Amino acid sequence: MNLPPFQALLQEHRADVYRFLVATAGPSEADDAFQETWIAALRAYPRLRRADNLRAWLFRIAQNKSIDAHRARGRRAVPVAAVPESPSAPPEPEDESLWGRVRELPAKQRTAVFCRTVLGMPYDELATLLESSEEAARRNVHEGLKRLREELEHD
Amino acid sequence: MTDIEQQLREAALDLPTESPPLAERADEEGLLDVAYTSVDSPLGPLVVAATPKGLVRVSYTEFRGEDEVLEDLARRVSPRVLEAPARLDAVRRELDEYFEGRRQDFDTAIDWSYLAGFTREVLRATARIGFGEVSTYAGVAEAAGSPRAVRAAGNALGANPMPVIVPCHRVLRTGGSLGGYTGGLERKEFLLRLEGMLL
Repeated sequence: MNLPPFQALLQEHRADVYRFLVATAGPSEADDAFQETWIAALRAYPRLRRADNLRAWLFRIAQNKSIDAHRARGRRAVPVAAVPESPSAPPEPEDESLWGRVRELPAKQRTAVFCRTVLGMPYDELATLLESSEEAARRNVHEGLKRLREELEHD
Repeated sequence: MTDIEQQLREAALDLPTESPPLAERADEEGLLDVAYTSVDSPLGPLVVAATPKGLVRVSYTEFRGEDEVLEDLARRVSPRVLEAPARLDAVRRELDEYFEGRRQDFDTAIDWSYLAGFTREVLRATARIGFGEVSTYAGVAEAAGSPRAVRAAGNALGANPMPVIVPCHRVLRTGGSLGGYTGGLERKEFLLRLEGMLL
């Protein structure tokens, strides 16, 4: 198996991975998640069996690090004294920017929305990334966009 | 109102792309198998690369493109190849001093482990030829332990992965003609002139 030099992968995808992490994990989490992503990728790289789908492989790692960052932020969140009146109501997004709203989506929808709309990733590649069927990948894009559309219409 | 997909694409243009560096952390984690950088020299730009054990490559970029060199390193040494100038600071300094005429011997460690058999013996013998000395293909073959393998010695020198530092330019044809040089004969002449071995 001839893997390209890791630097080639880094050069090609470094900016996109960083944008992905800023968008899905948030600006304050992005730097750490970025380093964690690339270090994990570098660690696993020589054991890769296939050199096709490197981008999907890389963004799957980035997605996992983004999810870790979300969890870490959740743990750091200050507990509030008052319980929300209606527990079933979705929490008010803290960040009302478009990416703030994206970050409120479920993890796979966050990834799907970013990779499809920003990177123009084909559905078969997105399916590989999400470890799902192509149909499920389409659904994640569709559901994520639908929810964002609805939220923006409510404003 | 523009559609959400268009809005996302536009919002993506505002996302920062200036990401933090990685090489230092990779080195700390023991994952920087091959560090490389580019070094300017009077012979044109060089790609130099080192493992944690020492130097593995010096290559004339104008002779062989950087991409090709990195692909070769990925195949022969490890695919964990990263641009990481810090590991090569000492080599860079030594090369600068050498080309300025302020250094005769290189102190930098060499990682010989990716060279095998006779090639390795020939190149190790070549590394022992000092500044201001020259040898011959036959002489190097003998020093490598196989006096009759003159042609094989020539092939090993032609495949020298660390020119300048492993001074294959100091190996001439018996009788004094220059012989060949991977990287071009004009470079061999330049180096011999720098060392006072050619007028």
